[in-house]
Amino acid sequence: MDELKELYQQVILDHNKNPRNFGEMKKCTNFAAGHNPLCGDQIDVFAVVEDGIVKDLKFNGSGCAISKASASIMTTLVIGKTIEQAKGLFDEFHRVVTSDMTVQLDTLELGKMAVFCGVREFPARVKCASLAWHTMIQALENSQKTVVTENLVD
Amino acid sequence: MLNVNEIRNDFPLLNRNVHGKPLVYLDNAATTQKPLTVIEAMDNYYRQYNSNIHRGVHKLSQLSTNAYENARITVKDFINAGYSEEIIFTRGATESINLLATTLGKRLNAGDEIIISHMEHHANIVPWQMLREEKGIVLKVIPIDDNGQLIFDEYEKLLSERTKLVSIVHISNTLGTINPIKEIIDKAKEFNALTLIDASQSVHHSHLNVQELGCDFLVFSGHKIYAPTGIGVLYGRKVLLDSLPPYQTGGDMIRSVSFEKTTFNDLPFKLEAGTPNISGAIGLAEAIKYILSIGLDEIIEYEKYLLDFAINELSEIPKLKFIGTAQNKAAVVSFILEDVHPHDIGTFLDMDGVAIRTGHHCTEPLMKRFGVPATSRASMSFYNTTDELIVLRNSIYKVIKMFS
Repeated sequence: MDELKELYQQVILDHNKNPRNFGEMKKCTNFAAGHNPLCGDQIDVFAVVEDGIVKDLKFNGSGCAISKASASIMTTLVIGKTIEQAKGLFDEFHRVVTSDMTVQLDTLELGKMAVFCGVREFPARVKCASLAWHTMIQALENSQKTVVTENLVD
Repeated sequence: MLNVNEIRNDFPLLNRNVHGKPLVYLDNAATTQKPLTVIEAMDNYYRQYNSNIHRGVHKLSQLSTNAYENARITVKDFINAGYSEEIIFTRGATESINLLATTLGKRLNAGDEIIISHMEHHANIVPWQMLREEKGIVLKVIPIDDNGQLIFDEYEKLLSERTKLVSIVHISNTLGTINPIKEIIDKAKEFNALTLIDASQSVHHSHLNVQELGCDFLVFSGHKIYAPTGIGVLYGRKVLLDSLPPYQTGGDMIRSVSFEKTTFNDLPFKLEAGTPNISGAIGLAEAIKYILSIGLDEIIEYEKYLLDFAINELSEIPKLKFIGTAQNKAAVVSFILEDVHPHDIGTFLDMDGVAIRTGHHCTEPLMKRFGVPATSRASMSFYNTTDELIVLRNSIYKVIKMFS
């Protein structure tokens, strides 16, 4: 059960129960809808971008604990960052959930992502963890398209 | 009652551990485990008489041809078809339906209607949708009630002189609902509509007699009835199959070929182009023999006992809701928990060695009908035990505790 505890750490359970920046945004500059057909997860990501900086970020939708917590933590990490920095964080997150190597978790942001290290042990769940991030990137590129994780390379 | 412990010894895989716990395999509607007799029959084919069928004059080819054609007879007897050439081997139920959509579809015209139900597997939806795009046929859907049962009155209203085919699942893979196929077929006949029964979830859980039912076509997959993957069956009434154009063309399905003209072989070969899945057919026949050795009546009785036990145990769990509560139901239990997503349930149970399926079960319209993104589904077989269902129940309690 250790792997399971690692996957469902208290932080994840907390963000699942009390997601941050959750709900619809009435006025946003950027939006994208994400969908994981495998488990039926749906997520909308709304952003307010001014001068290349993500001033506000919210998500809405339904999903498993992993996808919900991932979306919640993502919003707390990305708000206040530039679009470039947000993309950089996405790359880091991707490494955290997929890489076999120990990622140097030496920044504050990476520290917050570290709770998702356990996802590596559950390959079927990587898509749950990354759906929000894929959708956020899509939103920042201001595409209105629906993101489908099944077609994306992890 | 069945001697389940003895039966479990016939299935080598059931003895394994998963994450250090004894495997509790409750994903039988997705695929079943294979008895030793099936594994050995296929092994024996490859070790002793592997060779191509139908053309060879040498000994091995005769042996493999005999085994392959005997498998066809075993299937014929199993569903009580009139002739062995009414049994077409395919890759599975999906290919069987696609074969019909392609060949039967050539005859259909814009405005012709096909009736399916709201609880169909995607495999009995999408091929007809493709035909709708290609031919302009009309697809009509029988609605279901909140218990997951077909609304028969609505079905009757959909039938008309325009109805060319009624294609219905016998047992729903997601809900376990057993549909009244005899009544459905009889009603369709009043309108001269053809009937196709998807028996993927039922052929091993019920007595199927295609002549008594009077269906025109019936399909199922081998791997769901303890046989290997990659083999399946299309049953069709001889006169209808005879009238179909070939599905795929190539070897085995021809009588003679010249660059000017090709004449096609007779049934069943006309619809089986290329070297077929010989070992798969042998495995399928062995699986059928295994089922019959246990006895369909005994299987039906025991699986009903398991279903009642599961419903009884799970219905005591607070915040658990069943999806699919039909009166006439097979040993499939779909459920949701109020606060926990099915995917999280699936991962948790897996760590306890419990294999269930979570997701939409290839029935997305059904998920929409019940307003859920996904369900957790435990599907039982005669090799499951009540002890295993208690492990399932306890594991669900653990999930709830973790998320509360």
